[in-house]
Amino acid sequence: MATEVHSLQELRRSASLATKVFVQRDYSDGTTCQFQTKFPPELESRIERQLFEETVKTLNSFYAEAEKIGGSSYLEGCLACATAYFIFLCMETHYEKVLKKISKYIQEQNEKIYAPRGLLLTDPLERGMRVIEISIYEDRCSSGSSSSGSSSSSSGGGGGGAGGR
Amino acid sequence: MTPGSGSGPMKDCEYSQISTHSSSSPMESPHKKKKPAPKRKWEVFPGRNKFFCNGRIMMARQTGVFYLTLVLILVTSGLFFAFDCPYLSENITPAIPAIGGILFFFVMGTLLRTSFSDPGVLPRATPDEAADLERQIDIANGSSSGGYRPPPRTKEVIINGQTVKLKYCFTCKIFRPPRASHCSLCDNCVERFDHHCPWVGNCVGKRNYRFFYMFILSLSFLTVFIFAFVITHVILRSQQTGFLNALKDSPASVLEAVVCFFSVWSIVGLSGFHTYLISSNQTTNEDIKGSWSNKRGKENYNPYSYGNIFTNCCAALCGPLSPSLIDRRGFIQPDTPQLAGPSNGITMYGATQSQSNMCDQDQCIQSTKFVLQAAATPLLQSEPSITSEELPLPGKTTISGPCATLTLGQPTPPSSMPNLTSDSGLTDMIPLKEEHEGHQFLTPEEAPSPPGMLPSGSPIIHSHTMHVLSLASQDSLHEDSVRGLVKLSSV
Repeated sequence: MATEVHSLQELRRSASLATKVFVQRDYSDGTTCQFQTKFPPELESRIERQLFEETVKTLNSFYAEAEKIGGSSYLEGCLACATAYFIFLCMETHYEKVLKKISKYIQEQNEKIYAPRGLLLTDPLERGMRVIEISIYEDRCSSGSSSSGSSSSSSGGGGGGAGGR
Repeated sequence: MTPGSGSGPMKDCEYSQISTHSSSSPMESPHKKKKPAPKRKWEVFPGRNKFFCNGRIMMARQTGVFYLTLVLILVTSGLFFAFDCPYLSENITPAIPAIGGILFFFVMGTLLRTSFSDPGVLPRATPDEAADLERQIDIANGSSSGGYRPPPRTKEVIINGQTVKLKYCFTCKIFRPPRASHCSLCDNCVERFDHHCPWVGNCVGKRNYRFFYMFILSLSFLTVFIFAFVITHVILRSQQTGFLNALKDSPASVLEAVVCFFSVWSIVGLSGFHTYLISSNQTTNEDIKGSWSNKRGKENYNPYSYGNIFTNCCAALCGPLSPSLIDRRGFIQPDTPQLAGPSNGITMYGATQSQSNMCDQDQCIQSTKFVLQAAATPLLQSEPSITSEELPLPGKTTISGPCATLTLGQPTPPSSMPNLTSDSGLTDMIPLKEEHEGHQFLTPEEAPSPPGMLPSGSPIIHSHTMHVLSLASQDSLHEDSVRGLVKLSSV
């Protein structure tokens, strides 16, 4: 496996999207936003298990912080209620602040850890908080590996289905 | 534009000379590239919603009742402030119109917030996600070839010790999170779906439930307030001038009293009901279905409740407000694929009517498509024995054969084939019926491109069976296809 270091832009230009892996939500704690830490088998050869699990666990802790019900969230809620919720026109909610932190963290992780391995994390917010989408890129110049072979048939099937419509 | 001149710099000089005499537009037009204006995401939103103010305001499609609500509140409060408040502020205290005013603004603020905000709509799955989910369903199902076994459209999760079933939404192509539900009026999956309120012109879900509750609570206070002080006003007046004269002096009070009297029962009742729901952390949907009631079983309890009433109330009303997931005002990125229509990738999952009773229209669409697929698919699989045995169907093969070759330019897996041919084949079926004599000669030449679709031996079988095909079976075929068309068009 080629272990060349790519920057994020170079990755997009020189590599082609091979397949996407989706990390689904973990609902065992209720409706709070948590993602499964189960390691997807497609990433077996691309990234160390520990790094991936750490990323997901950190994201989970961010979301837990955003949705935490405690003193500060009550204050915010009561203040908003007292102003008939007009205060939301000028103030940013605690949740939105944490979401900004999350997107910065994801960008940082992409630059430092995932892009050098030919992977790209998509912010779950862009996918309706349903999944963490991990795009796996293959180098255009590298010889076809088994994963690109299987992915081309699946992406071809999906593309054919979409094209035929 | 410029007269023919060989050298570059000369051309530029001439061009700029021309531009100084004429207006600036000729100079700008070659530089201005005509791009189509970038679209915002609300313009291509797949649900049945109306958007205003360039995507800032989001409502359901039917808003007539909402305008009625507005009119009732505005007219009643307006009459109160105009006719009753002057008398009351003089004779009792000016605090009455002040408190009334505060209540009125609170009611209007919460009503508009409930009606105009995103209730917690879940965006539909991207094509990649939907394909990945279906692949996982296939794996869970075992082999997917040929069989029409109903796929597991539910996932089970254990939340706080209680088993909860997550249903698959065919419209949105996702497994719905717990407590989410698909609103058939708005055609969206909504998180923590409470109900669709026509009075408010929107769904009530996770993001606007607290506004809705505040609205009905403050409205019940306002209604009781207006009712009480209108009665006080009439009584005070009638002490001075007599009852009938009092009514004649302020006829508006009568109207207000009538409106408030009839509203009080329903609104106060609704507030009480929702107070109960909040304190037990249930949604209207769950309460109506009795999801967590003891009647279902002794072990049944609500896994989302925090245990005590105070925490439940605080969590529902003062908890963190999650942001909208649909990003209505964002611009569509040219490289991201837009969500495909509902037929993409449905394949064999339109099958059973068994479990989900949420998406009625979707079930209708799916079952119709399944009928079409079931009719068309046996022909397209490479088993010549079928074509010779089932008489009515071979008539269709010759029709759908050319359709198959026309719609697909590249080989695709057989499971996605029937969907495309049935959709295009149905519309082509009736006009082509008269021409199928000619088509049987076309099929051997056109057949080779989709591999394994029409085996080489079949055209011979078709030419025989075309003559064998009786008028009666042709009629039933025609009837079925017409019925199918009618169903599709009605949906």
